[in-house]
Amino acid sequence: MRRYILSFICVFCLTAFAFSQDHQEQPAGEQHGTIDHQPSHGDGGHDAGCGPIEDHGFDPGAKAFHHVSDQNVYNIGPIQLPLPCFLYAPGHGWTTFSSGQFHPDAHGNGHAAISKYVLVEGLVRRIDDPSFPDGEVEIGHHPYLKMEMQADGKEKEIPYVCYNAKLYPTVGRSTADFGMFGGGISSFYDFSLTKNVVTMLLVFLFLALVFSSVAKAYSKRDGMAPTGLQGFMEPILLFIQDEVAKPFIGAKWEKYLPFLLSIFFFILGLNLFGQIPFFGGSNVTGNLAFTGVMAILTFLVVNLSGNRHYWEHVLWMPGVPSALKVLILTPVEFLGIFIKPFTLMLRLAANITAGHIVITIFISLIFIFGKGQWGPSLGTSIGSTVLTMFMMAIELLVAFIQAFVFTLLTASYIGSAVEDGHGHDHEEAGAHH
Amino acid sequence: MLFLIEFNVIQPDVGLIFWSAVIFVIFWLLMSKVAFKPIIAALKKRESDIQGSLDEAKRVRQEMQNLKAENEALLVQAREERAQILKEAKEAGNRIVEEAKTKSKEEAQKIVASTKEQIEHQKMAAITDLKNQVGAISLEIAEKVLRKELSGNSAQEAFVNDLVKEIKLN
Repeated sequence: MRRYILSFICVFCLTAFAFSQDHQEQPAGEQHGTIDHQPSHGDGGHDAGCGPIEDHGFDPGAKAFHHVSDQNVYNIGPIQLPLPCFLYAPGHGWTTFSSGQFHPDAHGNGHAAISKYVLVEGLVRRIDDPSFPDGEVEIGHHPYLKMEMQADGKEKEIPYVCYNAKLYPTVGRSTADFGMFGGGISSFYDFSLTKNVVTMLLVFLFLALVFSSVAKAYSKRDGMAPTGLQGFMEPILLFIQDEVAKPFIGAKWEKYLPFLLSIFFFILGLNLFGQIPFFGGSNVTGNLAFTGVMAILTFLVVNLSGNRHYWEHVLWMPGVPSALKVLILTPVEFLGIFIKPFTLMLRLAANITAGHIVITIFISLIFIFGKGQWGPSLGTSIGSTVLTMFMMAIELLVAFIQAFVFTLLTASYIGSAVEDGHGHDHEEAGAHH
Repeated sequence: MLFLIEFNVIQPDVGLIFWSAVIFVIFWLLMSKVAFKPIIAALKKRESDIQGSLDEAKRVRQEMQNLKAENEALLVQAREERAQILKEAKEAGNRIVEEAKTKSKEEAQKIVASTKEQIEHQKMAAITDLKNQVGAISLEIAEKVLRKELSGNSAQEAFVNDLVKEIKLN
């Protein structure tokens, strides 16, 4: 066993080392290429006179942010698998095509614009400028430039497209953060089957297969001891039932157990799927869009099943002076209704995204310290491989813990909404004596 | 080369929100109907089956224990009864033997008594008979002596001796 683990680590180190050697040569070549091409070429892209591309070298932050981001291509290493794009721009209607038509390079930068849409680092962006030609347009090999622009009084770096010696600013898809985190409603909406959506569909299919086979086993092997997949799943199902649903929800546990199981297994499946090496490392549960949806559903389930006792405790807590209620308790309790799901949303996303970023940064150490030299490259390869494997083990734990925590807290919120009050009053009465 | 430094996981994409909601809600409804509810029902049924079996086992064990206790009580009772019966039988036997002994003694005494009586009777009869015979013989002898006296002295003596011999035989 130990020998097996050691040889596994060695293979990992060698792979990382080979990648670092390979990768370090690339930017040098690119840089050389741009400088070389700059004066002599006059066709397409920045070559058409938009100025030289600044090479920032290797940026681990950008690498990590790129890794955790949703993508309009399914990228596994340098391979960019095309995905269908369903884009809606108000006033222009729907545009549907495959992201393969952008001809993305190894970084996910497209070499073509389609109906004013371009692919920048795996994400679809749009050129709002009406002078940019519609339809499919070849925009050369290095068409993107990052430039600072003033937007709403804030300085913001956005990618520009260089086409026919003119720079066109691009805008990202509409996001529902109301401008709080640098997003907002833009000129188009992206309803594409992105990498995250495809990941969700794959996990959905996988879980559907697993659970339909488990359910079949229960009906087929009625009255017999569970075996195989059924035997593997049963302790988990029973754990959620007996340790989460029953103690936290109480008498009405059976009504909410399917919701809890759906949450637990969907989040767990997505958490684990994102950690399979060389499988794209999708970061669905680290995305606020996904965790937000889960939090909103929890919010709806909790508050729609809230009984009289729950609302009484939220709005007019019994046994507390009125002044205190009006000034502190009721506002706090009322805000709590929204804060609870909000924390659910943030906790899950932050944990999973942090895990992805830490692993990406550890791998990036090789490229930061290696710098194409043989010795340091090998040294950091070994060091960061060990660190990465350690982190991956922790992330495996986090995948289970976060899915469990989300489910547990959801169950406790539901429990507080449906508890009938007798037990609580009794408890209070007991405390007074 | 990457240059778009945008931490976009905190910018919830409208499309991703839409797809997440659609996929999760379908997953929730479908899995509840196809898998989770039947599984929960099956688990519940099995749990109640197991509880039922355990209760049944407990009940049967209790019953067995009761039966055993009953059997033991019966056994003890039977043993007591047996001892009682044995005791009674012994007593009865002794009594019968005692009775038989006294009876046989009495009988023996009776027999002895009656035998004695009979012997007495016989004796008396024999004596009477003897007396009678002696009388008859005496008479005969006297008759014969009387007849011989008439024929000679010596002859008479021999004759008397003969007669005496005859008497001895009787």
